[in-house]
Amino acid sequence: MAFASKSPWVIHYDASSCNGCDIEVLATLCPGFDGERFGVINTGNPKHADIFLVTGSVNERNISVIKEIYDQMLEPKVVVACGICACSGGIFHDCYNVIGGVDKAIPVDVYAPGCAVRPEAIIDAIVEGVAVLDQKSKALKEQKKGAK
Amino acid sequence: MTLISTLIGTLVFAVLAPVLGCLLAGLDRIVSARMQGRVGPPVLQPYYDVRKLLEKEDASVNSVEKTYIICALAFALISGGIFFSGGNLLLCVFMITLSSLFFIVAAYSSRSPYAEIGAHRETLQVMAYEPMVLLFAIAFFVAVGSFDTAAVLNLREPAIASIWLVFLGLLYVLTIKLRKSPFDLSMSHHAHQEIVRGITTEMSGPTLALVEITHWVENVLFLGWIGLFFVWGNPLSIVLALAVMVVVYFLEVFIDNNFARVKWQLMLKSAWIVALVCGTINLAILVF
Repeated sequence: MAFASKSPWVIHYDASSCNGCDIEVLATLCPGFDGERFGVINTGNPKHADIFLVTGSVNERNISVIKEIYDQMLEPKVVVACGICACSGGIFHDCYNVIGGVDKAIPVDVYAPGCAVRPEAIIDAIVEGVAVLDQKSKALKEQKKGAK
Repeated sequence: MTLISTLIGTLVFAVLAPVLGCLLAGLDRIVSARMQGRVGPPVLQPYYDVRKLLEKEDASVNSVEKTYIICALAFALISGGIFFSGGNLLLCVFMITLSSLFFIVAAYSSRSPYAEIGAHRETLQVMAYEPMVLLFAIAFFVAVGSFDTAAVLNLREPAIASIWLVFLGLLYVLTIKLRKSPFDLSMSHHAHQEIVRGITTEMSGPTLALVEITHWVENVLFLGWIGLFFVWGNPLSIVLALAVMVVVYFLEVFIDNNFARVKWQLMLKSAWIVALVCGTINLAILVF
């Protein structure tokens, strides 16, 4: 068993959403849903985080920021697109400045659609992401063994 | 003789302190969660966190950062070994300060502005608590007649009877040493009130795991200092000391959850005033 699944630390980045999904992400981490039951901690630091929660669509201004945060995170890492804007661009998909969903910038592992995405859906997505995290952690271990 | 006992003490401490510290940290998180109306994580959550961090990719901004952190952990372990094997309290105090200095240097070595802010603040914290800690060691010497912690076992009454004012002063700076709110300036365990991540901003993966273990070990040592006040010739007094340690730790968690962070000016001034009042008055009473 990998320990990655026991303590998924998240980092949250608001790309360009209307803030609806951000409020839901924070609501997920509040006492009502108590993400810490599963070891979820909201870190403000990509270097400590395992799961990258992105809300909102990608545009020309923030694509470099998203890539930078993703690059600063250490393996194993998982990206969760929270809300329909982060999944596909949502109602803003044909705006002149919008590139599209988060997967236009970085590889996304779990999609959590919704407008705004419900806390239950986010928890579901994080649990799904934790399973991916476990797989990646195992793969990394194999790789380390192979290197030796 | 002392060298061998210190070595054995350090080895035993290196095995037991991380275990105890980990459980303490787990209890801290559960009690904190209950105070906030949450269920909280399992007791072993800090252990899971550290195991996960050890599994992560080993990357660092430079090659010396991890060396400094290993030194910080090693000196914290030696400090605990000296203390619990009945060694010199003054040496223990200096060793744990050296450990903090390595931690600060590790943060500075990364040259990240955020880590540097954390390192500045950690330096201020060391400045704030160090006078009181030194006065604690001196008052201990005056009250017990020796710097050796083993000397308390020959006492006919606990040290608290004569240096209770110093105990209160140490209790005040303990909040700074344990990095609890309102004095968690350099690194908060609650990310929401932090500039990125304070002093640990650039530390990640296995390096961060070592930082966590260092904190567990430090917590056990500092609680040992608290317990030292309540131990005397009677073997049962160790039970009393353990009870006091639990109460003090609960008090620290309570304070942590009920106060917002203060500015560094207030921390520095108040800690020095406490050291001056509690430490010197107590010493003056003892000497004259």
